[in-house]
Amino acid sequence: MKILIVDDFSTMRRIIKNLLRDLGFTNTDEADDGNTALPMLKSGKYDFLVTDWNMPGMSGFDLLKAVRADEQLKDLPILMVTAEAKRDQIIAAAQAGVNGYVVKPFTAATLKEKIEKIFERIH
Amino acid sequence: MSDSKHNQRGLDPEVTEKLEQQTSELAKSVETGDYAQAMSIINDLSEVRDQSLYREVGRLTRSLHEAIRNFQIDPRNAEQKEALSKMSDASDRLNYVVEMTNQAANRTMDLVEESMPLAHTMRDEAIELRDEWQRLRRREMAPAEFRELYGRIDKFFVSLTADSDVLYRSLSEILLAQDFQDLTGQVIQKVTGLVKEVEENLLSLVVMASHVDQLTGTVHEIEEKEESAEKGLGPQMKANERDDVVSGQDDVDDLLSSLGF
Repeated sequence: MKILIVDDFSTMRRIIKNLLRDLGFTNTDEADDGNTALPMLKSGKYDFLVTDWNMPGMSGFDLLKAVRADEQLKDLPILMVTAEAKRDQIIAAAQAGVNGYVVKPFTAATLKEKIEKIFERIH
Repeated sequence: MSDSKHNQRGLDPEVTEKLEQQTSELAKSVETGDYAQAMSIINDLSEVRDQSLYREVGRLTRSLHEAIRNFQIDPRNAEQKEALSKMSDASDRLNYVVEMTNQAANRTMDLVEESMPLAHTMRDEAIELRDEWQRLRRREMAPAEFRELYGRIDKFFVSLTADSDVLYRSLSEILLAQDFQDLTGQVIQKVTGLVKEVEENLLSLVVMASHVDQLTGTVHEIEEKEESAEKGLGPQMKANERDDVVSGQDDVDDLLSSLGF
């Protein structure tokens, strides 16, 4: 299971990386915005994407849409972990095809629950 | 009546007095047919207006300057004093906050990442020893195994003492790493104060500008600029009091399941 973590703050990437490791996912890479993440996704054979929304350059929402629009990537499971809390945004993300939505600040239990739920649905 | 009162606001009494005096002189000159005199009074009048505007702009500029100059922080030691003296503006100071919080977060995570394997090892060894100990109590243990268990327990006590010392030191270092809050708190409070002062001064500037617009009859077309929800808006304030914002993960889950996700 190879996971890409996308967030503009290195501390948040590190927190998520640590939590994922505790859940048994040790194969993770990091990117700091959509522009860096997209080429990595295209060449890297990732199984799962965890992304923030608000980032300089390409936002997580644009990344979500770009992944869904890409023939090769369109089925990649995506979990959004973000401080974006407007109802309209959550609805927009759901309509754009996000698989899970976690609002910051979040707990390890929430992250675990959402990830498990996503994999349950896929398998 | 209320209109004329509104117009007087923001003008010096000195200016309004001059205005009144010159208006009556103007009326008199027009009445007596002295148009040259009337024109020169009109010139004077516009000069008075210009001067009062300049004076107001000057006053606002001075108070803005003052606000920025008063923007200082009490450093605790020489090092902080040097760091703070290098920062001349608010954005430098806020960058300093980002840097300090970043440092503290990384220091804390370093220590946590060092401590976690220790805690793991302690737990794993304790579980094994507990199981062995229970076998002993159930008298299921051969004498040779029993001697080995003795040795393991001895070793466990030694490593437990050393590892818990390391854990304790890490925890107290994590505690110390939180000291950024004191200085960043100060910086943020000062920046908040500055923003407030600038905001107030800008507000008077806007009021004055609208006054000028009124005098000159200027109408502006202002385009409403909306934040882009697609780019991201960042954390929302006072989420509990708003309907358009979720106030936690439960809200998100409810919203998504109401949509059938």
